[in-house]
Amino acid sequence: MATELKPRATREAYGEALLELGKLHENVVALDADLAGSTKSGQFGKAFPERFFNVGVAEANMMGMAAGFAISGKISYASTFAVFATGRAFDQVRQSIAQPRLPVRVCASHGGLTVGEDGCTHQSVEDIGLMRLLPNMRVVVPADFNQTYAAVLESYDIEGPMYIRTGRPKTPFLYEEPPKSLGKGADVLREGSDISLFACGIMVVRALEAAEELKKRDISAEVVNVSILKPIDVDTVAASLSKTGCAVTAEEHSIIGGLGDAVQEVAAECCPVRIGRLGIKDVFGKSGTPDQLLEEFHLTTEHLAGLAGQVLSSR
Amino acid sequence: MVTEAGSGHPGGSLSSADIVTALFFHTMKHRPEDPKWPDRDRFILSKGHCAPVLYSALARSGYFPVDDLNNLRKIDCHLQGHPDMHKTRGVEISSGSLGQGLSVSVGMALSMRLDKLPGQIFTLMGDGESQEGEVWEAAMAAAHYKTGNLTAIVDANGLQIDGFTRDVMNVEPLAAKYEAFGWTVKSIDGHDMQQIVDALDWSRTVEGPASIIARTVKGKGVSFMENQAGWHGRAPSAGEAERALAELQR
Ligand SMILES: Cc1ncc(C[n+]2csc(CCOP(=O)(O)OP(=O)(O)O)c2C)c(N)n1
Ligand SMILES: [Mg+2]
Repeated sequence: MATELKPRATREAYGEALLELGKLHENVVALDADLAGSTKSGQFGKAFPERFFNVGVAEANMMGMAAGFAISGKISYASTFAVFATGRAFDQVRQSIAQPRLPVRVCASHGGLTVGEDGCTHQSVEDIGLMRLLPNMRVVVPADFNQTYAAVLESYDIEGPMYIRTGRPKTPFLYEEPPKSLGKGADVLREGSDISLFACGIMVVRALEAAEELKKRDISAEVVNVSILKPIDVDTVAASLSKTGCAVTAEEHSIIGGLGDAVQEVAAECCPVRIGRLGIKDVFGKSGTPDQLLEEFHLTTEHLAGLAGQVLSSR
Repeated sequence: MVTEAGSGHPGGSLSSADIVTALFFHTMKHRPEDPKWPDRDRFILSKGHCAPVLYSALARSGYFPVDDLNNLRKIDCHLQGHPDMHKTRGVEISSGSLGQGLSVSVGMALSMRLDKLPGQIFTLMGDGESQEGEVWEAAMAAAHYKTGNLTAIVDANGLQIDGFTRDVMNVEPLAAKYEAFGWTVKSIDGHDMQQIVDALDWSRTVEGPASIIARTVKGKGVSFMENQAGWHGRAPSAGEAERALAELQR
């Protein structure tokens, strides 16, 4: 882990990479819905005011407009909080972006519980599931600042629509510098033979810590950062599952519809093994500090290691 | 309260404070000891981020202890960042995702009409919130179904998160829009108590849906917050809070 780098929020990487894309490509446009300061799209807006459209508190209209730009030769980056991007504007994303297979990047900040004090209305714990359900939609959940930066830069050249989820709080760095590409989206960060830990977003750091913890108990855990949840890297996931024979998934999202389901789908079809899912157990969030919430909803290193132990012993 | 919480929305809470005070302590018939009293008037905070002003009014009406306000947004406190009907006594409906309160209000108004209940519904919205298309779908429905028991109040403070409403996405003229949608409209100074209580009382007498466009100042009463977009969703420091409270008590 590249611990010397000071933690930074993934949404900040979005802002910086979007600005860079604006410099590189004239046909990049960005839209926001009265959250440009929070999503960090405002940096692009300052540099390229003629290509930036703050539509006000009107997410559905924003997605429709993003589709209009995309069908006319632009690559559109539409940002707001994850709850509103996927919830309020779901039908616009479905009908006007996903089905037409347009190059719109739905860039959703403030994913998950770590939104914190705003509470359940603003904590998106279903967005990955909603987006994964849509045909043509590529679903990306980067794990740190540098991976987010890479994902956004790379998104320019990728065909079709894409969902990119970022977070509000500062998070530790995993990658020393932005990788060239996310590749197929499943990155084995640590090899192991007893159990696979698949994680995305903020849970990747915790998976690495849990692996350390398990090592003390003579358990060899493999850690895989799954940054592209759809299409999931079937080969890498299946290979890890067949090697270890059991797994735990960890995500800042409902246990329904997200990474847990994505990995289970691979397992069910390729190599059925025992899988434990760490995630939000089909409930809404609440107000509290991010750390208190992660503790309360069991999204911690200790719970991850504990669940891995349970899965191993019940195998 | 917001300082204690370390986050929250002072600007829009202060611009609505006079209106919410008039509602809870003059206009509305409600029973803090019996929040579900069927004959009550109902208050819907469509702009849920202004929970602090609602919680203050509820606490001082007696729905829960005033001391609870210091635990706003804290883990395990019933006072969530945005109103939660399952957690807080007196909250009619959960809110926080903008643009939905008027639709819910139209449904409630029609249901109360079916049940022959006497209450009036008072729904408070923001001007930035009024950029949501759903607001106008609801406005159309309210007029179509002639919901005489519905009053919509727009806290027209001219600001939203990213700046002045007229610069981000102009929603004016609000009064003309409501009129065009078939509502009866009154524009008032949202900090003139006489005008506020008169308009609220008047709205009960209107046959169809009534809309009150209240011209307000975001951050009202605190010199350094007034008309500043930056104070939309930021907690004052302890020192700032002290200054703010001193100014407000004047
Ligand atoms: C659907 C939705 N989109 C975005 C937000 C984030 N948000 C919270 S407050 C706000 C601005 C609201 O402005 P306004 O309605 O004028 O409120 P006020 O000025 O009274 O605080 C925004 C965009 C939200 N809560 N809900
Ligand atoms: Mg406003």
